[in-house]
Amino acid sequence: MKITVLSGKGGTGKTTVATNLAWLLSKHLKVQLLDADVEEPDTHLFFPIHFSYEEPVEILKPVVNNSKCINCGKCVNACQFGAMISFSGGVYVFDSLCKGCGVCKMVCPTDAIKELPKAIGKIKLGDITDSLKYGMGIMNLGELSGVEVIRQLKKHIDEDAEVVIIDAPPGNSCPVVESLRGMDFAILVTEPTPFGLSDLRMALEIVKEMGIPSAIIVNRYDVGFDGIEKFSKQTDIPILCRIPFNKKIASLYSEGRLFVKDLPEWSAVFNDTLNRIMVSVK
Amino acid sequence: MIQIAIVSGKGGTGKTTLAGSLTFLFENHVVADCDADAPNLYLLLDLKDKESFEFSGGKKASISLDKCTKCGICKDVCRFDAVIYDGDYKIDPYACEGCSACVIACPEKAITLVKTKDGEYYRAFMDSMPVVHGRLNPGEDASGGLAAEIRKLAIKEGERLKKRVVLIDGAPGIGCPAISSITGATYIVIITEPTTSGLHDLTRIVKVIQQLKRRFGVVINKADLNTEVSERIERYCRDENFKILGRIPFDETVELAVRQGKPVIHFQDSEASKAIMTIYMKLKRILGIK
Repeated sequence: MKITVLSGKGGTGKTTVATNLAWLLSKHLKVQLLDADVEEPDTHLFFPIHFSYEEPVEILKPVVNNSKCINCGKCVNACQFGAMISFSGGVYVFDSLCKGCGVCKMVCPTDAIKELPKAIGKIKLGDITDSLKYGMGIMNLGELSGVEVIRQLKKHIDEDAEVVIIDAPPGNSCPVVESLRGMDFAILVTEPTPFGLSDLRMALEIVKEMGIPSAIIVNRYDVGFDGIEKFSKQTDIPILCRIPFNKKIASLYSEGRLFVKDLPEWSAVFNDTLNRIMVSVK
Repeated sequence: MIQIAIVSGKGGTGKTTLAGSLTFLFENHVVADCDADAPNLYLLLDLKDKESFEFSGGKKASISLDKCTKCGICKDVCRFDAVIYDGDYKIDPYACEGCSACVIACPEKAITLVKTKDGEYYRAFMDSMPVVHGRLNPGEDASGGLAAEIRKLAIKEGERLKKRVVLIDGAPGIGCPAISSITGATYIVIITEPTTSGLHDLTRIVKVIQQLKRRFGVVINKADLNTEVSERIERYCRDENFKILGRIPFDETVELAVRQGKPVIHFQDSEASKAIMTIYMKLKRILGIK
């Protein structure tokens, strides 16, 4: 069972749900937790992790040998990202715009373009406990997109794990889609505010279009805004559980602690949550 | 024109809460919500005269099955795993970057690049104040491009109407959309919260801002949620010589205001509202706004 935890809006509690759920389920199942919020990965702050493996995430970037370049402009025209310009002495590559697609090398008639790997981030893997494996992707500062880092992180999905939980990045764009590709289920974490509802609506559009079954977890639940409850009824997307708005949970999070450790009654709630997910996938 | 951008690195630390209140405090300004992935600021504003513009950020490959001879070369050249084979070769639109490698490599000329509609952006008004915001089609790429369009239109509106300030609600993270929100900013307000994640993400966004060589100050939201982490943030800022613009206390009024879709500054007696007022005064002083 491969589950992605996402939210659209940032700060609604994705990481809270992903970490607490992973830890609880790992008590009786083999679980792997992957942090795909590669711009700002935070799940590692909640566990002591024994890291045992690290690899770079590299993409191939063109290097132009200007003594071979005849300034024909084919690479400049072929590049869809505006990453190359020609000047009197040859061709210049804007590294930050280049996506490493290799098109320039394909079209170069004089073999003046070579490709060299450039690190844009890294993957770290390790263990939290015997039954809880961990992986995270980290995008280098100054890079523009973490999609490739997520793609590579997902190659480390442990096929032996009974449950894989991916903590997705915020937002509703490409990196979120990459975190969802090939997954069995999506948990949509939201908060009972107009902001939370608006972003939940967008997140649901993505998972629906990708054909991934989903359910909602409401974080910071309190009365006063019933938009999420109505939305759940209208769309027939069930609410799995409601984590109450209380300072104790917020403050445990702030210390980098798992609230399920201090509030043991949550064990039953999250086990029930998993059971409901299992049923809805089948 | 003075451009003030509010960013956070970590999502949900209170960007829109602060931006929403500052929207009602500043005068003679334009507002831009650059978080087109998850736009929320407009929910707090009473907008009229909305005009929409289409946003196309890129292209995607499309295979014509009539011409395809199933040679598989497209799949070999694609570096983004965007060509899928299920009996026919197809493009996964979510993975395709529109680079044209497959278009060039296809011996049958069966593949073309098609322009995609990636989202919309809008210009509307709250009284005489222009507000520019947008909406990325869920799942699309190029939210950085859309953020840039939103910012550009806001600046254009500001120039047209001779406004003094552009107030930008930035995108979360440290990648393209976040960078697009702050490129060109006169001053950046980073809003963080005293959680271990908040501090971790603060240090990452700061490094990106320093690379861009922009002036910035820090606001600690929910400052008393965890005094120990709060002090660590204060110490970090002091050691690095960063300006702290203010501390907003953990105040249930904020949650109440958000639930009602109102800016917290409308609850004038609340602690959060007072703190935001102080931040506003400080910002005006730093930027020389009368």
